[in-house]
Amino acid sequence: MIEILELAVRGVPTGCVFALLAVGLVLTYKTSGVFNLAFGAQAYVSAVVFYEVRKEHEWPLLPAALLAIVVIGPLLGLLLDRVLFRHLRTSGSVAKLVTSLGLLVAIPELVRLAFGSESKKNPPPLWYVERTDQWLWPEGSRFVLDAGQVTTILATLVVVAGLGVLFRSTALGLRMRAVVESPRMVELNGINAERVSMVSWMLSSFLAGLSGVLLAPLFASLSPFDFFTLLVAALAATAFGRLSSIPLTLLGGILLGVLQAILAGKLPTDSILANGLRPALPFVVLFALLLFWPGLRSARDAADPLAGVDPPPPPAAASIRTRFLTVGTRAFAVTVSAIGLLLGWFVLDSFWLGLVTSGVILGVIMLSITVITGMGGMISLCQATFAAIGAFTTARVVDSLGMSVIVAIFVGAVVAAAVGGLLALPVLRLEGVYLALATLAFALMFQSVMVPLDWVSGGTTPLRVPRPVIGPVDLAENRAFFVLAAALLALAGALVYVVKRGTTGRFLDALRGSEYAAASVGISATRAKVIAFSLSAGIAGLGGGLLACFYGAANYDQSFNFFYGLVWVVLVVTAGARSVQAAVISGLGFFLIPEFLQRLFEIPGRYVADHPDLPAAVEAVLRTIKPEYSLGVAFILFGFGALTYAKHPEGIIEVQTRAALRKVMGALDRTDRSQPTPATDDARPPDEDPAAPATDDDARRPAPVRTGGAGVP
Amino acid sequence: MTTAPILELVDVSAGYGAFRALFGVSFAVPAGTAVAIVGPNGAGKTTVARVCSGLVQPTSGRVLVDGDDVTGAATHQVARRGVAHAPEGRSVFATLSVEENLTLSFRQAFGRTGTGDGLARAYELFPRLGERRRQLAGSLSGGEQRMLTLARVLVLEPRLLVADELSLGLAPIVTEDVYRTLGRVRAAGTALLIVEQHLDHALAIADEVVVLDRGEVGFVGPAHELGDRAASFLSAHEETV
Repeated sequence: MIEILELAVRGVPTGCVFALLAVGLVLTYKTSGVFNLAFGAQAYVSAVVFYEVRKEHEWPLLPAALLAIVVIGPLLGLLLDRVLFRHLRTSGSVAKLVTSLGLLVAIPELVRLAFGSESKKNPPPLWYVERTDQWLWPEGSRFVLDAGQVTTILATLVVVAGLGVLFRSTALGLRMRAVVESPRMVELNGINAERVSMVSWMLSSFLAGLSGVLLAPLFASLSPFDFFTLLVAALAATAFGRLSSIPLTLLGGILLGVLQAILAGKLPTDSILANGLRPALPFVVLFALLLFWPGLRSARDAADPLAGVDPPPPPAAASIRTRFLTVGTRAFAVTVSAIGLLLGWFVLDSFWLGLVTSGVILGVIMLSITVITGMGGMISLCQATFAAIGAFTTARVVDSLGMSVIVAIFVGAVVAAAVGGLLALPVLRLEGVYLALATLAFALMFQSVMVPLDWVSGGTTPLRVPRPVIGPVDLAENRAFFVLAAALLALAGALVYVVKRGTTGRFLDALRGSEYAAASVGISATRAKVIAFSLSAGIAGLGGGLLACFYGAANYDQSFNFFYGLVWVVLVVTAGARSVQAAVISGLGFFLIPEFLQRLFEIPGRYVADHPDLPAAVEAVLRTIKPEYSLGVAFILFGFGALTYAKHPEGIIEVQTRAALRKVMGALDRTDRSQPTPATDDARPPDEDPAAPATDDDARRPAPVRTGGAGVP
Repeated sequence: MTTAPILELVDVSAGYGAFRALFGVSFAVPAGTAVAIVGPNGAGKTTVARVCSGLVQPTSGRVLVDGDDVTGAATHQVARRGVAHAPEGRSVFATLSVEENLTLSFRQAFGRTGTGDGLARAYELFPRLGERRRQLAGSLSGGEQRMLTLARVLVLEPRLLVADELSLGLAPIVTEDVYRTLGRVRAAGTALLIVEQHLDHALAIADEVVVLDRGEVGFVGPAHELGDRAASFLSAHEETV
């Protein structure tokens, strides 16, 4: 009993770490409505700044802490609010989540650009006393608290108490909560909603900075991944507090820490359970809480009653173009694809062909996001996991059953589809942000429990997957494999297109518009969504198997890390979640853009080398551009791309298509006046068409995710 | 002394994105009077109300409050000039309690010291709200939510109250109550801009009536002049829609 108690006490400091992050998340959610997955990235910014001034410039503790926490933290919040979130105040929670995903991808890379990419070892602590100063507590026990733990516990308690006061008994706290529900109604009360949300962001970003500096010494070196993983672990505490109660969140965090400590002490150290479950515990708890914690799912966002003030989304390009243009667009798409194939076969050298083939295969995985997000209207953050399942299955089936590789890839797809269907059954009860979190928890559970297992991933050495041989064609040859990848992409694209145009696609369209209205005409939401989930997982599995086959091995960390899953979602959603060509383009872009950037960044260096007589200032400027920045800059571009999502939920490609279409149709209209003008989304005075539906305000309320097919070639 | 009307719309056009809802609407609300905006579904009544409080910005034309041009001003700035807007439908903060809903409003209008008095007056007007002060506003019935909205705007004693379909969805007996209260507010010096689909209700309280038809002003004039002519026009129009 005493032993359990000792273990429990040992878990309290860790629990406070969880709680501190979780409370920060709850604060952001309550005051801005953003489920801010980039909170860890914000914490990372302050931690790095603190590291730089303290270790590299040897500032005294106080000014360093003030700069990192009190200046940089709120400043970052101010910037995020000004540049981004003020334009998002009236958007839905999914748009906000996607934006925070974009930040999550972009911010760490920006930090790396600003402060160098060398690892930052032994982050300095935020306390005066030496780390070795320890206190025994309880008296006579074997348990010790060090200065860092005491600081963390005290800081957590102070933060929780402060936020409690803020929300319970200040006008500002009340206004912050009101702004989340309806900024416009707050404005009707004579309150400046913009200023309130600006203060909210500064406050929550301050808290992120405080947590970042406090938590940094927990790690051997500063890494944005550690911060993000810790944040996802803290999500369990957030869910325990039902995303709203700060005391419950504190309790949840502490309980989580205690549970983890007890498990660590009680489970035999070398058992599978201990090795897998202990790191996975927060994710398992998060998953279970999301599904079963009463009151969490009912804590839906209250819709803004004044949402009708927002203008409706414009119609999709495909729905307004003429038949002639539709045929033209499709012919163009076929031509481009054919040219791409010929280029791949005849022109590209093996390096570029490899990249393009990877991009084509990733295009298959991206199509799975088109299905789940574009058609199903759901955000899934575990598509990389389904791809990994496909890859592992392919490897195992080839290895132990000796099956043909091509058949094995399809077996992998079927297994991934089955897992997707099984996962869908419980998680489809969730909506929006909660669904995204559940899939994220699933991805992390898979990563920390399944991936280390020998029979899943082969342990430390990745499983080998040979290239297939079809009849006389040996696909070990890269050009042949490129054609196979393109063929499977075409197959997957056709499948997605058929489903989209078929009954299931129509049902999903209806469900995205209004689940209640769809249910009232007899559409089963569960059935349609399970199909979408399963199909999406299957396509991801197909892509995963193919990718493993192309690389010759199913390497989890290199190809299927859950973080890639997030980046992929960001990319597809940015390009356009509703269209097949956007998925293909984003797949290619993921591999090609960093490479193009690298070539671009090599130019200044080469120029300097060729021109030794350049002025020193010019040379210095040119030397700052280094080719190794390319990947980071590409990720920043990807992340910033997602920030356009709020403005253009239909995706950049759709926006471009529509703009081009308007120009083309305008030109056609001028050359041929006799043709009737197709309906554009321009204003039509109501008296011109008395049969037009009444433009009642209710009718203009935009659907959460737009309907209507995007331009599929 | 000639005083500018408390609210004046001059040739206002407005819309939502590519959709246009209003075409050159002009009318004025003199201080202390009641103006009713009537018209069929989709005539643009709610959009007029939103333009008045700054929720929707006009694409052309001007909005004047007390003779000052407030076109393009933020909603909260218009509200601070004494224009209170009770929007159509649910217009309470569902995630805040009844008392928090009221406090949010009164704290801004009356300051820290006046908030308590404001709450007391609100509960005096609607004792039911006092009984439910700790309840989340989202869990109130539709009628109680309207009460909460009314309590908020009535206690504020605004210079102009823009009331959008206050009677919508209320039992007839409650509607009568609401209109009696509006009468009292008007007697206390608040000008009223009432958006209403029911001609009877509107004519009973209004000095002047603005008839909107497909985003344009079809008739402006004293309520008693509207008479049979406009009534027959309206009913004929409703049949065609």
